[in-house]
Amino acid sequence: MLEIKNLKARIEEKEILKGINLSVNNGEVHAIMGPNGSGKSTLASVLAGREGYDITDGEVFLRGNDILELSPEERAREGVFLAFQYPVEIPGVNSTYFLRSAVNQVRKHRGEEELDAMNFLKLVKAKMKELELAEEFLKRPVNAGFSGGEKKRNEILQMTMLNPSLAVLDETDSGLDIDALRIVADGVNRIKNQNNAQIVITHYQRLLDYIVPDFVHVLYDGRIIKSGDKTLAHDLEEKGYDWLIKNA
Amino acid sequence: MSSTTVIELANDITNAFAEITRIGPSMLPLRQAGLDRFKRSGFPTTNEEDWRFTSLKPFTEIPFEIMTDSGEQLLDQAILDEIAFSQHDTDNLVFIDGHFSDQLSQISDQPEGVTVSNLASAFDIIDNKIGLLSGKDENPLIALNDAFFTDGAWIHIPANHSLSKPVHLVFLSTAKKDGQASHSRNLIIAESNAKGTIIESHISLGHAAASTNVVTESQLEDGSNLEHIKLQDQSPQSIHLASLHSNLGKEARYAFHSFALGAQLSRNNLRMNLAKPGIDCMLNGLYMTRGSQLADHHMIVNHAAPHCDSHEYFNGILYDQSRGVFHGRILVQPEAQKTDAKQTNKNLILSEEATVNTKPQLEIYADDVKCTHGATIGELDKDAIFYLRARGLDTKAAQQMLMHGFTGEIVDRIQHNAIREELNELVWSRLENEHNLN
Ligand SMILES: Nc1ncnc2c1ncn2[C@@H]1O[C@H](COP(=O)(O)OP(=O)(O)O)[C@@H](O)[C@H]1O
Ligand SMILES: [Mg+2]
Repeated sequence: MLEIKNLKARIEEKEILKGINLSVNNGEVHAIMGPNGSGKSTLASVLAGREGYDITDGEVFLRGNDILELSPEERAREGVFLAFQYPVEIPGVNSTYFLRSAVNQVRKHRGEEELDAMNFLKLVKAKMKELELAEEFLKRPVNAGFSGGEKKRNEILQMTMLNPSLAVLDETDSGLDIDALRIVADGVNRIKNQNNAQIVITHYQRLLDYIVPDFVHVLYDGRIIKSGDKTLAHDLEEKGYDWLIKNA
Repeated sequence: MSSTTVIELANDITNAFAEITRIGPSMLPLRQAGLDRFKRSGFPTTNEEDWRFTSLKPFTEIPFEIMTDSGEQLLDQAILDEIAFSQHDTDNLVFIDGHFSDQLSQISDQPEGVTVSNLASAFDIIDNKIGLLSGKDENPLIALNDAFFTDGAWIHIPANHSLSKPVHLVFLSTAKKDGQASHSRNLIIAESNAKGTIIESHISLGHAAASTNVVTESQLEDGSNLEHIKLQDQSPQSIHLASLHSNLGKEARYAFHSFALGAQLSRNNLRMNLAKPGIDCMLNGLYMTRGSQLADHHMIVNHAAPHCDSHEYFNGILYDQSRGVFHGRILVQPEAQKTDAKQTNKNLILSEEATVNTKPQLEIYADDVKCTHGATIGELDKDAIFYLRARGLDTKAAQQMLMHGFTGEIVDRIQHNAIREELNELVWSRLENEHNLN
């Protein structure tokens, strides 16, 4: 699904990613953990195609195709989805209008029929119910005035509607209480199948009780310094990062 | 043909004045006082604080002619069918160059007791009401209007009555010569618990640097509820000068929406007096300018009683070398405890040469109040564009969506569904066509 080879990225002359190697296969869940400032969000942004980064080395393949030259929208249409650590508030833009435009852009690209207003509403309302989002959200501007938890669930709603082949969730669990955490985790588990993959960036082991990772990676100072299975997350929970950093 | 009288500014307006005074002799004292005041003051200059950012030079440097007659003969019904809101079921009062057109107007079955007419037809009944709300204002443009106004709307909704349909005031300018000036005057009285929707459109058919100077007085008595939508869509050469003077009674609700899309220079003075407790007053506006256009909204909201809410929301989209001016003064008097006053002015600057002057001015003499203001001047939010692109929208679609959202913030506050929809489409087609978004 995803193959990252020796990826190096700078922002304003400062090297943030210092040679990332990561390989994600279909049907896998990978967790990325690491202290603040390690470069986790930078990695997520570079995968989604945010401007402002200088990619100085390396390659990123999605299903065998190099995506570094693609625009953010082309990547989204190819099935990359980033759940933002800080979802953006867009006053004045109606949530329904936004989401339907996005869904139809992606469907069109995949050669699927665009959804009309009726069918879209039926689908989105069913998904909202699963995520325990009130229907009135559809009438409100995108993320405007949403609580932290609502914004995160809205990211999961968008993910569900867009049905991406590669979802990158950047600290979607931060700031959620245990109920909201379970709702978000259920949302991820529902889209999970043998033809897609998820990368879950988190600080906390507790999310990984619900979204069980096949691999856990520790990102520190722009490099993956340790990879393991889910027991690594438990070790980190217990011992913190210091023992790894000292060895790195 | 329109007959006009050439006058030098503040110099020899005597002939025109003599001609105008034939319209409604009972108006003579008001006119004379206005003329005298104007002669003393002349036009405001940028040395005055209230006019610092807006120079009237484009207007005052050309020969000034009062349009003492109407260009009605030049028009036919077909023109009216093309203007905004014409496809809705409204009552229409049509004014051409400040003169009422009986032929083009259409007033139907408003409820018994409700008056929807032109002002000149009622001069003898209402002469003591004209100028009551605007009279204390020092603005020389009001003095000029006092002296030269020809006609305008007279809307009177008695207590517990409602307008059965929106009233559309259509102000058409046929001016063909630079410097031609028309002066209109509106009087709106909503008695206690009266309700209504009023649309005010200003449109020019020619391309002359002609001016429209309109003064509107609106009195909203206790419990009344008025929605007032103003669309200024004049030609890019026009000068549009307007002032609104409102006095609001207990628990009155007034929603005033200003869409300033046209004119070389437009200035809206909004003067709201919140005289009694429990009022809800909203001033909501959108300006979109390009070329060398200037759109100025200058408001004073006077909180003179406790427990009143006032909200000002103005968004501007500016292209080219155009300019936007927002001046929002909120005055909270000592007795106006529990005031909730909110003011926002957001500007989207889409060219390096466009400028905005935004000036909030809070003067608060009560201690238990909530007053907030915020202003932003900037480009489209880059993070928002990336967010939309990360969901599959291309850059252009993302920009369009954000601009639509930006105008939608204002348009969506219109309560009347059909009018909101029409303005939404109008604003959007303007952005798409004139600004080449597609
Ligand atoms: N726009 C930026 N300009 C400069 N430095 C940045 C920018 N964004 C992130 N950084 C720096 O890059 C490093 C990694 O940040 P980030 O990827 O957000 O880390 P994480 O998500 O792991 O907490 C930090 O040192 C941060 O200060
Ligand atoms: Mg981060």
